[in-house]
Amino acid sequence: MSKDIRIKKGLNINLVGAAEQTTSKAVLSNVYAINLNDFHGITPKMLVKQGAEVKAGEPLFYNKNREDMMFVSPVSGELVEINRGARRRILSLKILADKEQAVASHSPLKVDSATKDELKTFLLKSGAWPFIKQRPYDIIANPDETPKAIFISGYTTAPLAAESDYVLQGKEEELQAAINALGKLTPGKVHVSVGSASSSTLSVLSGIELHKVSGPHPAGLVGTQINRIDPINKGETVWTVSPQDLVIIGELLLTGKFNPERIVALTGSCVKAPKYYKTKIGAEISTFLYSSGVTDEKFRVVNGDVLTGSKSRPDGHLGFYNNTVSVIPEGDDYDLFGWNKPIFNKISATRALTFSWMQPNKKYDLNTNTNGEHRAFVVTGMYEKVFPMDIYPLQLLKACMVQDLDEMEQLGLYEVAPEDFALTEFVCVSKQPHQQIIREGLDLLYKEIG
Amino acid sequence: MSDKKLTLKKRLHIIKHHFRGKKMAPAFNAFHTFLFTPDETTHNGSHVRAADDLKRTMNTVIMALVPVLLFSMFNAGYQHYSAINGFPENFSVIEHFLTWDNFWVGIIKVLPLVVVSYGVGLLVEFIFAVIKGHEVEEGYLVTGMLVPLIVPIDTPLWMLAVAVVFGVVIGKEVFGGTGMNILNPALTIRAFLFFAYPTWMSGDKVWVYEAVERAGGPDAISGETILGYLAQNKAAEMSYSVSDMFWGFIPGSVGETPTFLILLGGLFLIFSKIASWRIMLSAVIGSLVMGLIFNGVVDQGWIGETSKFYGLMSFDFWQHLLVGGLAFGIVYMATDPVTGAQTDKGKWFYGFFIGFISVLIRVFNPAYPEGVFLAILLMNVFAPTIDHYVIQGNVKRRMKRLKNATILPKDSEGEEKELQVETA
Repeated sequence: MSKDIRIKKGLNINLVGAAEQTTSKAVLSNVYAINLNDFHGITPKMLVKQGAEVKAGEPLFYNKNREDMMFVSPVSGELVEINRGARRRILSLKILADKEQAVASHSPLKVDSATKDELKTFLLKSGAWPFIKQRPYDIIANPDETPKAIFISGYTTAPLAAESDYVLQGKEEELQAAINALGKLTPGKVHVSVGSASSSTLSVLSGIELHKVSGPHPAGLVGTQINRIDPINKGETVWTVSPQDLVIIGELLLTGKFNPERIVALTGSCVKAPKYYKTKIGAEISTFLYSSGVTDEKFRVVNGDVLTGSKSRPDGHLGFYNNTVSVIPEGDDYDLFGWNKPIFNKISATRALTFSWMQPNKKYDLNTNTNGEHRAFVVTGMYEKVFPMDIYPLQLLKACMVQDLDEMEQLGLYEVAPEDFALTEFVCVSKQPHQQIIREGLDLLYKEIG
Repeated sequence: MSDKKLTLKKRLHIIKHHFRGKKMAPAFNAFHTFLFTPDETTHNGSHVRAADDLKRTMNTVIMALVPVLLFSMFNAGYQHYSAINGFPENFSVIEHFLTWDNFWVGIIKVLPLVVVSYGVGLLVEFIFAVIKGHEVEEGYLVTGMLVPLIVPIDTPLWMLAVAVVFGVVIGKEVFGGTGMNILNPALTIRAFLFFAYPTWMSGDKVWVYEAVERAGGPDAISGETILGYLAQNKAAEMSYSVSDMFWGFIPGSVGETPTFLILLGGLFLIFSKIASWRIMLSAVIGSLVMGLIFNGVVDQGWIGETSKFYGLMSFDFWQHLLVGGLAFGIVYMATDPVTGAQTDKGKWFYGFFIGFISVLIRVFNPAYPEGVFLAILLMNVFAPTIDHYVIQGNVKRRMKRLKNATILPKDSEGEEKELQVETA
């Protein structure tokens, strides 16, 4: 029996360039990269040296604080580059892919008879563990903790993001295997959310608590759903997994092979024919970017959706957690009296000579211009209109800025991830970096208390 | 875009780079961003941003103030000529509007107030921005427009200048600038004027142009405000109708009289989602409640006609909103997001007490029959406390949830499972 969740507060950002639901096979990438920024808070310890040959699914490095947590290569080939930054911190690893792929194989695990510890060991060893994230702190899950519940959101509301319903088609078996495994890792429930009108593959799975969600963005964010279904209290942990990562976990459990295949939505107004591509984690974005045709103006490639993704370049690589690549125009231009003339071509949460409220379904072609300068927090009540959690967003942001640990705890920092503040950041007239403020707040809390 | 504009844009862009890192950069940036919204792009986080910024927000408030300013310029002359019987007796309101003389008084009396307010205020802002190396923030754009509208018309310009310097420095900059101040800067300026130069801020002579100069002479002007009449129990001598009060044909501070236009401004601000309707509505309710209480006191016969409070207490409760600065304060001052309550629930309390206390002070203030600015300043001080208690409610709810959460709900077998909670 499904439970309904209706989210009223929020804002749908309708952008030009949604991906058409057809999937092409991307050109094989020569070089694959693992970007260490994708694994927040992990200190890598290399297992192989530059120039070494690795198989797909073979460990490249492990987490220094947790030696059994392996991070594996998406493809077989030669580790050609270890890119280091200040203090020799590893920034990224590049693997030159073999023409003939060799895959490291584990013996498949019988989930039904496996114990919790066996499952954990298998997932840690096989490189699937990093797909499981935890709250508080929005980091890779700590295997020593017992989550009170596991949350999976199959409802897509972020602008131009890959539709879960589409990318999960035909993956019932893998999804069910992954759900069965996750169900063993928690004494609580595995909550799965789908759109209220969707016929998602996720809704037919067993062993889950199904929720039907409706409402504007951020209804699809797992944080919003956790806050509604079973909010996190101090001392509690919940785990979250993206549905597209469940497929990889499921396949690993069934076949023993790490297959980092992704169906990626290439979207955005700068793409001539936005659609889905089948590729692998770490593949060069250029392998599918140009085949859809990109307008020759200045554009920005975003690894992920436009609200939470990270800036990339065409020769950048698909992120570990991403299944969307958005390409939008750069907005580095001045606008004469842009601050006071009527605006018809941009989205606004106010009606101050802006007219997006008149056409809520119109699709906009937004660029990366900030539309104003960074200022102190002045306007109040604005974030609350788009922030559906039972949390005071402005006060929490201010607590993070002044590093008041008590306030941060009390105001609910345990419950949020930076992505939950993407929309408040979008509507912020003071152009404050909300997601960065929350990330820094979480890091501080983790360092001091976690 | 014409070549000329392109040149200007490029030229300013080049100059901007010359100024980068220099002391005068904030001053140049202020001019530059006044002309052009900057070419800044997002880096991480949200790669797209909503259309509005603080300039647009402030600009919207100014737009809501423009009709009030224009009317106040007309009313400056209208009150002056009405007082000296400068027009034929059967002159209709329309004919008054068609006369240039009324606006001329506004131009020579109100415009200089606006110019001094903006000139001095922005100068102080620029100096602080350059010294402290931060950008010139937009807060003063609204303050600068509010200040001339809440002072008596005959306020000497030098007094205004001194008050503006005081208000901007003590009311805002010492706290760190726009967004950090505790008290509403415009009202701080008003309060400074009121306490430093009381003879110019109260009484029956300052509200109408030239009343001070003609006082005592054969052609003296009576410039009493409605609240002034009421405070002296002289309601019977008052010749203003409710319609005059509503449309604004009464003496008072420069821009506080046209209740109708203030109402329109308020509706515009609510519609544009710039100002809080919660504060406005609750302040109206608060003032009506206090007015009703006073009316009740009179109806019960607890206050006699001889009492000095009789005039103001017996004044119809809803008419309090039409006279004095109450409506203006509620719409444009109480809704200041920086100094007001910041939580939605808090805004209800904050607004209610502003309305309630305004009417309270208005009736009981022996020196000056008005209280809006004092009420708002008082509530500015209490706004953080109100927010604190509202937020504590949320915190308590979370703590309560934590206590209840140590036991998991019954699972499918009907067993209760203890959750291992690790307390930090």
